Amino acid sequence: MHDVKTEVALDSAWNGGKSPFAIGSKKLGMWLFIVSDTLTFSALLIAYSYSRITNPDWPRPFPIYPAIAFSTTMTVVLLASSLTMVMAVMAAQRNDRKKTVMWMVATMIGGLLFTGLHLTEWFNMITKEHFTITGNPEGTPLFGAVFFGVTGLHMTHVMIGVIYLGIVAVGYGRGKFSAEDVEVNGLYWHFVDLVWMFVFPLIYLMSVKY
Amino acid sequence: MNTHAHTEEAHAGASVGTNLAIWIGLVAITFLEVFLAYKQLQPSLMLSILVILSLVKAAMIMSYFMHLKFEKLSLVLWLVPAMIFCICMMFIFFFPEAFRLLQMRPH
Repeated sequence: MHDVKTEVALDSAWNGGKSPFAIGSKKLGMWLFIVSDTLTFSALLIAYSYSRITNPDWPRPFPIYPAIAFSTTMTVVLLASSLTMVMAVMAAQRNDRKKTVMWMVATMIGGLLFTGLHLTEWFNMITKEHFTITGNPEGTPLFGAVFFGVTGLHMTHVMIGVIYLGIVAVGYGRGKFSAEDVEVNGLYWHFVDLVWMFVFPLIYLMSVKY
Repeated sequence: MNTHAHTEEAHAGASVGTNLAIWIGLVAITFLEVFLAYKQLQPSLMLSILVILSLVKAAMIMSYFMHLKFEKLSLVLWLVPAMIFCICMMFIFFFPEAFRLLQMRPH
């Protein structure tokens, strides 16, 4: 016979045999990955801030039109793909497989459109304006390293996200994956969107050419 | 391990209307940021406003789209404070050189 305190301890979520956070292990794993990836992007953005503060000749290569208008379109496209992902997760929770796959395909189209727009921007910057990872026509060459490094790592995340979405959409459509898998996929996609919410103002809007 | 019950519990989330409102809010803040860039504010003021708006957007995405508002408080307390602490620790690299150079550099 246990006393009251021991009974309470045994009833506790921390006693073992159940998740104290009330989520599945896949979701917990994705959250841990997101925390580690947040620190990766934070380190890059803080390194950028340091370089920016210490270099007075940091270039401001983005005019409001067309560069900022273009990157704003990219931001809206990525935000729209986040909304379609929310709809996919909600459909999966209702066990509506057809609608889930449909919304996931819409999210993939958003991701591909974002990547396409981003690569177009890169292509124009490299070929027409002569920006490269090691140098640029004006200001410190660090700009190229920061710009292509940070946006390139983000674009890699978007491309991996599109592949991940494709795999989960096919698996979920065939009944191999559960609604939780779609939700975990959603966490990753929203994280990619969240990172862009820092990259866009810090890299683009702080470097507007007037 | 009763994973089914856990997943069921995690299913509670915002309605379509709330998610749509959050999304419209995110797009509106984005356009506000672009408008501020167009207005040519002072760089330090501009940076402060942009960082605050980005943090608001991040909180909106994490709370609603990533469901953190609807998870157990223990999960939020386990993930968020440690992450914020680690990010704050990175700012140590700014001291003292970055701010000293900022004062010294030609404007």
